[in-house]
Amino acid sequence: MSKFKKKSESTQEIPTAALPDIIFMLLFFFMVTTVMRETEVLVKQEIPRAEQLVKLEKKKLVTYLYVGEPKEPEIFGTEPLVQANDAFIAIDGIVQWVNTEKDQLSEVERDQITISLKVDKDTKMGIIVDIQNELREANARKIIYAAPKKTDNN
Amino acid sequence: MARSKNRGGQEVNAGSMADIAFLLLIFFLVTTQIATNKGLTLLLPPKQDEEEPEPVKQQERNIFKIQVNSLNKLLVEGETLDDPALIGDMVYDFILNFGNISDVEKGPTGEKVSDRQTYESLPSTMKAYINNSLRSDKSSDGPNAAIVSLKADRGSSYEIFIQILDQLNAAYNRVYGERVGLTDEEFRKLNRNDPRDLDLYERARSGIPKAISIAEPSKVGG
Repeated sequence: MSKFKKKSESTQEIPTAALPDIIFMLLFFFMVTTVMRETEVLVKQEIPRAEQLVKLEKKKLVTYLYVGEPKEPEIFGTEPLVQANDAFIAIDGIVQWVNTEKDQLSEVERDQITISLKVDKDTKMGIIVDIQNELREANARKIIYAAPKKTDNN
Repeated sequence: MARSKNRGGQEVNAGSMADIAFLLLIFFLVTTQIATNKGLTLLLPPKQDEEEPEPVKQQERNIFKIQVNSLNKLLVEGETLDDPALIGDMVYDFILNFGNISDVEKGPTGEKVSDRQTYESLPSTMKAYINNSLRSDKSSDGPNAAIVSLKADRGSSYEIFIQILDQLNAAYNRVYGERVGLTDEEFRKLNRNDPRDLDLYERARSGIPKAISIAEPSKVGG
């Protein structure tokens, strides 16, 4: 009996000494996985969801094209535009853009370049087809339509 | 007084360490974007040389035609369709139709496979399904010949295009998966860096090329 009493008398505290370690571990995880936003996206991006997604293995080979209505219609208008890196480019500038992107890759990887198209759902197919034709012209035939995973509740 | 302090041992007050780490943690949490390199892949056809002759016209029954007009209405094999979610099953039946099994070997050099070999390699449940409900002479001759053509009007929306493309990929993945005894999801998640998975992947795909053709839309709107 007395034994039990003694225990209950002592103040109960959760040891928090290991808390910083745990937090540090989380911190390191996020520091390592973080990719700082390289480009500021200037177009609306509400990407339609899909089910049959494939994950790309080699991230180095992927370059992005953003397509959609500009976020600032008073400056850029309401027609969908193509954004590469930090600026809008014209459809006929795509070939040149692909070539500069290819130059950044090593010789063997050049033909494996993958263009990831991030397209807003309100975009019409016309501009997409034009982009595809330009990409064929530039011999960047691997493309991926970026899409997040469909959630089950809809 | 001073002595008693020394006896207690000198310790740096680490109580606020957690707070500092928390602050940093929250900063990284907010700025992190987990890279989303996921999507629907597509291989564009090589650019056409003007000197090269037009490719040989395929027979009508070997092409599964999907058309979308500017009002996002679907025309599948000449008939209107309201729900894009139905396309997957139709394409699945189309690929596996084996209407006229040929012995002609096709494919990249070194791994030529004929439709008959493909058919023989299928599991018995699939063979039974094909023999019972497919083998129509109005649909494709075999997976080597089958082409899915998707033609979207310039005015149709990207959203419906992705829906259809998703369905087409679903149909192919289902075929590939079932062929090696996996579900379509398991097939999609095969890790191609793992030799065992790669072998399954190659086995599933041999003889059944993923022939999705995005046709050039007509300039006239619907």
